[in-house]
Amino acid sequence: MSPITAESLALAPGARVVVAMSGGVDSAVTAALLHEAGLEVVGITLQLYDHGAATAKKGACCAGQDIKDARNVANAIGIPHYVLDFEARFKAAVIDDFAKSYAAGRTPIPCVRCNQKIKFTDLLEVARDLGAEALATGHYARRLGGATNAELRRAVDPAKDQSYFLFATTRAQLDFVRFPLGDLDKETTRREAARLALPVAEKPESQDICFVPEGHYSRVVGKLEPKAMRKGAILHVDGRRLGEHAGIGNYTVGQRRGLGVADRERLYVVGLDAEKAEVRVGPRDASMVAGVEIRDLNRLAPWRLGQEVRIKHRYNEPAIAGRIEAVSDDAARLAFAAPESGVAPGQAAVLYDGERVLGGGWIERTLAIPTSLDSHAARSYLQAVSAE
Amino acid sequence: MGPRVYLDHAATSPLRPASRAAILESSDFFGNPSSVHAEGRAGRAMLEAARRVIGAAIGAAGAGELVFTSGATEANATVLSSHARQAGVILASSVEHPSILAQPGVETVPVDALGRLDLAALEARLARGDVAIVALMLANNETGVVQPVADAARLVHATGARLHVDAVQALGRIAVDIDALGCDSLALSAHKLGGPKGSGALWLRDPDATAPLLHGGGQEGRRRAGTENAAGIAGFAAAVTAATAEAPTRLAALRLALEADARAIAPDAVVVAEAAERLPHIAAIALPGVPAATQVMALDLAGIAVSAGAACSSGKVARSHVLDAMGAPAALADCTIRVSLGWTTTDADIARFLDAWGALARRHRREATP
Repeated sequence: MSPITAESLALAPGARVVVAMSGGVDSAVTAALLHEAGLEVVGITLQLYDHGAATAKKGACCAGQDIKDARNVANAIGIPHYVLDFEARFKAAVIDDFAKSYAAGRTPIPCVRCNQKIKFTDLLEVARDLGAEALATGHYARRLGGATNAELRRAVDPAKDQSYFLFATTRAQLDFVRFPLGDLDKETTRREAARLALPVAEKPESQDICFVPEGHYSRVVGKLEPKAMRKGAILHVDGRRLGEHAGIGNYTVGQRRGLGVADRERLYVVGLDAEKAEVRVGPRDASMVAGVEIRDLNRLAPWRLGQEVRIKHRYNEPAIAGRIEAVSDDAARLAFAAPESGVAPGQAAVLYDGERVLGGGWIERTLAIPTSLDSHAARSYLQAVSAE
Repeated sequence: MGPRVYLDHAATSPLRPASRAAILESSDFFGNPSSVHAEGRAGRAMLEAARRVIGAAIGAAGAGELVFTSGATEANATVLSSHARQAGVILASSVEHPSILAQPGVETVPVDALGRLDLAALEARLARGDVAIVALMLANNETGVVQPVADAARLVHATGARLHVDAVQALGRIAVDIDALGCDSLALSAHKLGGPKGSGALWLRDPDATAPLLHGGGQEGRRRAGTENAAGIAGFAAAVTAATAEAPTRLAALRLALEADARAIAPDAVVVAEAAERLPHIAAIALPGVPAATQVMALDLAGIAVSAGAACSSGKVARSHVLDAMGAPAALADCTIRVSLGWTTTDADIARFLDAWGALARRHRREATP
């Protein structure tokens, strides 16, 4: 039996729902469960990039294995399935931005851009034109509430929670989208895939950025933004020149592996200067920041000045304590309760109140800890600030 | 939702009952037409009867040679690759079928805004004296626009070059006469008019001027090796007989009504190349603001089959090179679907299409459905 009902998704029985099918197991299970729940499911797979060109295999079809997998799954379920060509839009909205960000010394999140600029805008528009009542995806996040005024929450399975990638979903978009897997853990999804005998039940999860073949993202960056691959100096924060790098596009703030230089202490990338093509490295303490300034806010709930929140500044990092220090229409300053390392401009800072996503923004810059203080002193300083 | 409505006959047409019957009947004549014995002679007789039927349909009774092929793609490839091996340039209109344009070394000649070959441009290009052959379709598969083939033939022949005509969409829809067209070769396909897939023909005025594509046995007068597809050929001839017996005015009337009603439903809708002479069964209609892929999907979900642009095997819809060549703005080209009628099409089919398409147009404008 399907663990999902039309009612639990605030949909009328038999309503038409478009499911964004990536070719992976999560969206396959989403489509199959909605179909089992008696909804009229329409599968759509977006052709986002030329697979043949991306993998540089001569004569390879423009469609990759994922598109074929999605089509096979749709056939197995018995639902109509379509492939939409979004290559040009994806290139402009996601891939170019990805390369530009690296060239500017920032660390982009293409998946959020894709949700924001492609899936929940253009694809959502297509779903409306098709007379669908909702657009469902295989994201692990929960959407609570009725047809309108929905809330976005973390997934039940904390290990799978993808609410971070969904922070930019507007309230109007959230009303139309559904995340049926948010209440399931990954094991249940796999079990359902097997029970439903989906052709992708055994398919391994993809970890890579979809348009970057075999994880070589710097090749994509270098091709689109050659200046990101300008040689430059690797400087220690104490002023020493430790070596040379092959382009700031190869680095992300917080990175500690593959720096190509060594020192007495373990080194972290603490800053990237796009203009001077400089990579600044230092010990862990030097990578600590007191907070962030964020822009292009999306607010899914009211934000109050001084509000205590949990902040997630990177998908793979747990949320940390902090508070809203300043907020305007499109920007905010967030103070961390304790100094934090690995905070990279270009990433998103997403605000949580417990399980609920309050929204978030893009990290414009990090806020330095006053230099006269060591990290212990900084902690007490920040505690003092928060106590005011 | 009633039964499916099929309005994609330009892609392929359902098998006609007469063609199905001929295919089944032909399976009793299993003899290899090249064999000496009675079984072989019976197979040969059937093949030659089919050749006469199809030859007559293009006004080629006795003239030149009609060679059976696996379809029009093979017929086009045979002619063009034969010329590619000789000296001289291969010219083609910019709106030809991919089976022409994808041949190596093809140079294109532009069309006007209505999709008709630019005869002045053709003449100017021919004047350089290096053209061996020109490929021109009798009518376009995406817009239905009929090309000035006879005029082109005069220009082509004046320079000593040859003219190859792809008549796939035209056969069974408008008169096809090799002498009126003045062509040197002609490509045909069975499945577009309700015959089986994998069956086509190439007519050659001077058979010796074209080298075979497939070598091997001596079939088809050594013009095309490989045992003939007897069932496919029998089905082809039966489909041609059935199609040419129909009054072409029936589909033309249905299409004109469809176009008029579409515009009444959506006043901003555009009938592509409306002012041009067109085939009776193809309507290319743009609904500005609604991507063609969305229209095709919405109609499919409503039980109606139409198409847009050229579909790749992934199913993604690519921009139409035909509309691009006509200089159609991207905003229009991206919103154009092809509705093509055929032997199964009824008034009720057109009404169903208009209902569903109208509902989509209203939904896009976010109007309440009545």
